[in-house]
Amino acid sequence: MPKHIQLKDPNRETRISSARTVIAVLLVLASLGIVVARYYSLQITQYEVYRTQSERNRVQLQPLPPKRGLIYDRNGVLLADNRPSYMLSIVREQVQDLDSTLAELGRLLPVTESDLANFQKKLKRRRPYEAVPLRFRLTEQERAVLAVNRYRLPGVVVDAQLLRYYPHGKLFSHAIGYVGRINEQEVLDLDESDYRGTFHVGKVGVEKFYEDILHGDVGYQNVETNAHGRVLRVLERFAPKPGADLVLNLDIRVQKAAYEALGDRRGAVVAIDPLTGGVLALVSTPGFDTNLFVNGISSADYSALRDSLDVPLFNRAIQGQYPPGSTIKPFMSMAGLESGLVTPQSTVADPGWFSLPGDSRKYRDWILRIRGTGHASRVDMKMAIAESCDVYFYDLARRLTIDRMYEYLAPFGFGERTGVDTTNERRGVLPSTRWKRDAMGQPWYPGETISAGIGQGYMLASPMQLAFATSVIASKGVRRTPRLLQSIDGVPVEAPLLDPILVPPEYWSAVYEGMIEVVHGQRGTAKALAVGIEYQMAGKTGTAQVIGIAQGSVYKEEEVAERHRHHGLFIAFAPAEAPTIAVAIIVENGGGSSAATPIARAVIDTWLFGEAG
Amino acid sequence: MADYLRQMPHQGSADLARRPSTISRLHIDIPLLLLLLVLTVYGLVVLYSGSGKDMSAVIRQGRYFLLAYGIMFTVAQVNLGRIMRWAPWLYLVGVGTLVAVMLVGVGAKGAQRWLSIGGFRFQPSEIMKLVLPLTVAWYLADRTLPPRFFHVMVALALLGIPAALILQQPDLGTALLIAASGLFVLFMAGMGWRYIFGAVLAAGASAWPAWMFVLKDYQKQRILTMLDPESDKLGAGWNIIQSKTAIGSGGWEGKGWMNGTQSHLDFLPESHTDFIIAVLSEEFGLRGVLVLLSIYLLILLRGFWIGIRAQSSFGRMMAGSLTLTFFVYIFVNMGMVAGLLPVVGVPLPLVSAGGTSVVTLMAGFGILMAISTEKSTGPR
Repeated sequence: MPKHIQLKDPNRETRISSARTVIAVLLVLASLGIVVARYYSLQITQYEVYRTQSERNRVQLQPLPPKRGLIYDRNGVLLADNRPSYMLSIVREQVQDLDSTLAELGRLLPVTESDLANFQKKLKRRRPYEAVPLRFRLTEQERAVLAVNRYRLPGVVVDAQLLRYYPHGKLFSHAIGYVGRINEQEVLDLDESDYRGTFHVGKVGVEKFYEDILHGDVGYQNVETNAHGRVLRVLERFAPKPGADLVLNLDIRVQKAAYEALGDRRGAVVAIDPLTGGVLALVSTPGFDTNLFVNGISSADYSALRDSLDVPLFNRAIQGQYPPGSTIKPFMSMAGLESGLVTPQSTVADPGWFSLPGDSRKYRDWILRIRGTGHASRVDMKMAIAESCDVYFYDLARRLTIDRMYEYLAPFGFGERTGVDTTNERRGVLPSTRWKRDAMGQPWYPGETISAGIGQGYMLASPMQLAFATSVIASKGVRRTPRLLQSIDGVPVEAPLLDPILVPPEYWSAVYEGMIEVVHGQRGTAKALAVGIEYQMAGKTGTAQVIGIAQGSVYKEEEVAERHRHHGLFIAFAPAEAPTIAVAIIVENGGGSSAATPIARAVIDTWLFGEAG
Repeated sequence: MADYLRQMPHQGSADLARRPSTISRLHIDIPLLLLLLVLTVYGLVVLYSGSGKDMSAVIRQGRYFLLAYGIMFTVAQVNLGRIMRWAPWLYLVGVGTLVAVMLVGVGAKGAQRWLSIGGFRFQPSEIMKLVLPLTVAWYLADRTLPPRFFHVMVALALLGIPAALILQQPDLGTALLIAASGLFVLFMAGMGWRYIFGAVLAAGASAWPAWMFVLKDYQKQRILTMLDPESDKLGAGWNIIQSKTAIGSGGWEGKGWMNGTQSHLDFLPESHTDFIIAVLSEEFGLRGVLVLLSIYLLILLRGFWIGIRAQSSFGRMMAGSLTLTFFVYIFVNMGMVAGLLPVVGVPLPLVSAGGTSVVTLMAGFGILMAISTEKSTGPR
C-alpha cells in the first residue's frame, strides 16, 4: 500500500478539490438562475395567461338543451310529443368488473347482441367517467327491476331523456316527417353552439322545415369540474329557451278519412282550404312508423322500408310526379277562355278522333273505344269538362300552341314548386319548346302539343301541385302558397299571398259549371260519387298512363300486371257555392279515376260535416 | 464502537483542543440537520395539499422520514474509511442484483426495475445511486489526482456497467443520474478539462445514434412533447400543459395553501409525487418557490462546505458528488415540471412523496455527516 501514498500530493489534491468545488458552486448558481428565470417567466411574466387558462380549466360551460316544440293539428290534437325515454348507461370507472356487470344486466333485462356491440364501440371513444348507453327505451318494468337491483350494480345508471314521439305513427308520417339523431354532415351544417347538447334534428317534413322554431335556444350552465369532467357544483345557469309549439292546418279527421279511404293502395291525397291556403290533409300511402327513426332505425327496419316495392319512404304527395291526365282540362279551359280562342258557348265538332292538318295520324278520344263515336256532334266547354272530351282539348291545344299553354298554365302552379312549408317538394314538368330544348336538346313536335292538351306526354305534376291549382280555381284566381303551419305558440301565421289570376268572373263560372257537371251531371265522369250527396261538389277526373315512379325498384313478374294499370286521379272542391276545401287525389295503378273519386267524397264529407257521409 | 477505535490514536492531538461536544460525538452536522428538518416540514405541508388533504399520506411520508433520519444518523456513525472499504463489495452486490432484476425482476408499466424478496420489493438501481459514487471515489482515492487517462477509463467502466444495466430496464432517467453521480466524482477528482469537453462533445455526437437506436419510442415521445406540448394536448402533453398552468397561475403570492385549483380538481397529474413542485408553485407562488430554492441552496452550500473541509480526498470527492447529485435532482425535477426538460421520473428531493428516494437521499446525507466529522488524519 505505501506505493500509492508516495505518488499522492495531498496539498495539490486539496487545491484541485477546492477549485472544482468553486466551479461546481458557480454551475449550481447558474443553473438555479435558469430555474428561477423559468419560474419567474411562468409566474410573473405570463401570469395572466396561465391564470386565465387555469380558470378555463376549472370552469366549464355546459350546454342545456332546449325542449323541442310540440306539434298539434288544428283541433289541438297532439301530433308530435316529447316523452321521457329511459336509457340504461354504464360509467366505466365506477364498475369493477365490466364483464360480470354486463352478464348480470343480461340476466335482468333483454340485451341484444347489437346493443352490446354498439356499447363496446362507444365505450372505446368515451372517457371513463362518461356514461355509455347500453339500452334505450326501457319499459316501466325494466326500470323497476333495475331500481331493485341497483345496490349491487355500481356504475349502472338509468337516465331520462326527452325523445320525440309520434302518437299517430303512420297516419302523419309524410305530413310531419320526423327527427333523428344528428349525423356527421348535419354536425357541419348546424350552428354548433346552438346544438351543443342537442342530439336530434328534424330530418324531413315539418320537423325539418320548422327546425329553427321547434328547436329553441340552447341554455348554459357554468359548472366547476375536475379534470375527469365530473361536475362539482353549478356556478351560474342560463335557462334554455324551449322551442315554440306549432299548430298545423292539418285536420286529423280529414287526414284520417283520406288515409283510411286510400286503404292499402298506394296513393296520395292533398286537401287545401282555398280561403286560407291551409293544408288540411297531406297523405301518402303506404306510410311508415316515424318513431322508428327517432333514435336510430335498425338496419333491418330500414332496409325493409327502403327495399319495399311500395316505397313507403317516398312522399307521393309532394314528390310523386304524375301525368295529370284529364285533370288538366279545367285549367286548359281557363287557358282557352283567357286566350280568347274559345268562349263558354263555342263548340267543336267531335267525331271521336282528331288529326292535325296534313297528318294522317288519328288522336283518339277515349270514348271512341266504348261508343265507336264522339261525345256529341258538337261539344261545348261544359260538356267537354263534364264528359272529359279529348277532341275538344286536342283542338284547343293545337290552336293554343305549347308555349301559350305554358303561359296560361304556369300561374296555376304547374312546373313550379308550390312552396308548401315542408321539405323535398318536386316541381313537376310544365313543358314548353324552351323546356324541351333545355331538358332534352330536341325541338318541339306539333303532335306533342296535342297530347299535352289532355295532360299526357311530358307534363308531370305532384298531388300538391294539383291541389294548389284546384284551390286557385275554387277561390276564383286567389293564389295562396299552401301552408301546413297555422300558428306558432298561438300566433297565427298567414299563408303568403301571390298575385291573383285576374279574369272576368264568367270564365270561372264556366269552368265551375263544367266541373259541377262532372259530379252532378247525367253523363258526368264522377257521377257515381254523387249518390246521396247534400252539397254541390265540383271535380274533374283523370287517368294517367303508368310510368315507373320508383326508379331502380325491381318489379316482380307476377306484380307487373297490377303495376301497369293506369293511375286514377281526381281533383275536386266543395261546396261549389263557397268552396272551403280543394283536394287532389291519386291512386297508383287504380285502373281509372273511379278508384280516386270515392276518396274525395270521404275527405270532403269529413271536412264539411266532421265525419264521412 | 468503531468511533472509539478511530479516535484512539489521536487523543491529545493539537487539533482536538476543543472539547468534543455530544453533538460532534454523535457525528451530526447541526446546520445541515436543521436545514433538512426545515425542508422536511415544508415538504410535508405541501404534500398534505398535494395529496388532496390526505392525512394518511402525510403520516406515511412522516414514517419514511423517521426511518430515513434513523438511517442518516446510523450512516453518520460509520467510519468513513470503513464506508470506503465496503464500497467495492456493495458495488458487486449492486451489479449482481441488477443482473438479477434483468433475469427475474418484477415489471411495472413496461419496465423491469424491481426485485421482490420475500414479498418485499426493492429497486437495486436506487442503491446504486449511493454505491456507484462510493465505488468510483474508492477507486480514485488511492490514485494520484488528477486521475490519469487509464484511471479515468477504469472509472468510466465502473459507472458504465450499472448504467447500462439500468438503461436496459429501461430507466433512462435513473441511468443518467447514476452515470452523473460517478462523473461528478471524476469531476471533483480533477479530471482534466480536455476529458470533460471531450465527453461533452462525445455526448453531443452520440445524440443522433442514441435517438435512432437507443431511445425507446416513449422516451422520444417525452422529448418531443417537451419541445411542443401543444402537439398532444390530451395525451402526453397534458401533464406539461397542466403543470405549467399550475405554476403560472400561482403568480407571486400563490392561491393559498389547499386552494390550488389545478391540483385539487385533479388537472395536475402526480400532484403528490413527481409534480409536487407545481402544487407548491400554485399555492405558494413564486415566493414559495424562492423559499424552497433558498433552503435547497443552503443545503447545497453546506454540502460543498463539508467537501472543502473534508480531510481526505475520498471525502472531498464524495461530498462534491453527493451534493451535485442532490442538485441534479432539484434541477431536473423543477426543470421538467416547468417544461424545460423532458419528463423523466425524478422526484423533487425530500419533498415528493415516496419512501425509496427519501431513504437514499438521507443515507447520502448520512455519508456527508460522516465526512463532516471525519478527523484530520490521512485516508487510512
